Amino acid sequence: MSRRVRMILLVVGLLGAVTVLAVGVSGLPAFGGHHHPYRDLAVAASLRHATANVVSAVNFDQRALDTFGEETILVASVAGVAALLRPVRRERRRRRPDVPVMDSTRLLTAVFFPVTLLIGIDVMAHGAITPGGGFQGGVVLATGIHLLYVGGRYRLLERMRPLPLFEITEAAGLVIFIAIGAAGLAVAGHVFTNILPQGQLGRLISSGTVVLLSGAVGMAVVSSVVILLAGFLDQALALEEVPDTDQDSDGAEEAAR
Amino acid sequence: MTAVLGYYPYAVAGAIVLLGLVGIAISRDLVHAVVCLSVCQSGTYVFLLAVGFQYGGVAPIFGSTVHRGTPVVDPVVQALSLTDIVVSAAVTSMLLALVIQIAKRRGTVDPDELRSLKG
Amino acid sequence: MIIVITVLLTVVLIGAAVVVFTRRPARQAVTLGSYGVLLSVLFVAVQAPDVALSQLAVGTAVVPLMVMLAVRKISALRRSGREDR
Repeated sequence: MSRRVRMILLVVGLLGAVTVLAVGVSGLPAFGGHHHPYRDLAVAASLRHATANVVSAVNFDQRALDTFGEETILVASVAGVAALLRPVRRERRRRRPDVPVMDSTRLLTAVFFPVTLLIGIDVMAHGAITPGGGFQGGVVLATGIHLLYVGGRYRLLERMRPLPLFEITEAAGLVIFIAIGAAGLAVAGHVFTNILPQGQLGRLISSGTVVLLSGAVGMAVVSSVVILLAGFLDQALALEEVPDTDQDSDGAEEAAR
Repeated sequence: MTAVLGYYPYAVAGAIVLLGLVGIAISRDLVHAVVCLSVCQSGTYVFLLAVGFQYGGVAPIFGSTVHRGTPVVDPVVQALSLTDIVVSAAVTSMLLALVIQIAKRRGTVDPDELRSLKG
Repeated sequence: MIIVITVLLTVVLIGAAVVVFTRRPARQAVTLGSYGVLLSVLFVAVQAPDVALSQLAVGTAVVPLMVMLAVRKISALRRSGREDR
């Protein structure tokens, strides 16, 4: 199919999509209306379990099974990326000198590195009472660790980021999540029931299992993002192709020999 | 006027999704296509949050300023969006790893040159 | 509030068009980062701080970094492929 035919097909498809979207959207209630039945139910259920952050309650208390599915997607895709980006026989590590970085950048990253780590832990721990939770705190922590890379200290980053530790943490996060769900099943008859005492609205120790599930997801998310970025950093910075004397067109043939 | 304004966020969200699709269709570089897919997904976040918004509503975090009777925006769509953002980053990284593998094996990342299934 | 949200929506739409029509992926990483920041501001205006936090960390820091690293690796592969020929 030539490019011209594809473009014509694209225009036809777009027109059809626009028509269908317009018809569908015109049936929606107008933007900013007052009728939100799910909101009323979710807020009432969250206040019953003394969780101030309703979004965290929806994620880890009311829809915990779906969050478990999403965490599994995350872990599975990290396994896929790790398999795709592993160094093959044709690649070798190279000794790279540290790239010269401006002094102001180094100073800023040295200042912001501990601050970002603390903010990440704070966002993760206070997931039930302020905006935050496992997902957000996890990505903030992982990004904070990679400030070392921005500051030009890639060797230090490699040493501070032992990959086996992070692989274990990722698996541990998933297993703890499952364990809390199974405990809810054992105690109360439904998976992911909020079985711990809920405490008072707005206190740090409140909302029962939401904080624990949020911590487990945070562990898994930090490890996942660090492993993902480690795969890409390795490929782009540390590995290089070994030039062959007789060049094969397909590396798989050579690996099979 | 306000009737049109009532559907403007949905139209913008649909436009972002269609822009992403157009970008994938006309791209000449697979990495560009992956980034356009990411833009397409962001259109769905805008759509979800637009569905849940209420004029005069505040963020659904209860505390000293937001009491039980204060109108809040819909928390369910926010929960859907925020887990989706993290998961889509993982899927994007998987697609990028696939593109790197394609570059290693075929030497090109132009979708027009990659048409035949080879080896 | 309605004006702020409308303006932000328009800016986000323009940002999406800029990202899609930037051809070179190395430049697209930068525009993707700024598009992520614009989206975060929109999410704050729509009273969704959790989503804004998530989008800020992921869409502005993690994904553009991965795109840049992938682009760098692919251009290194193309260079070594051209030298060997």
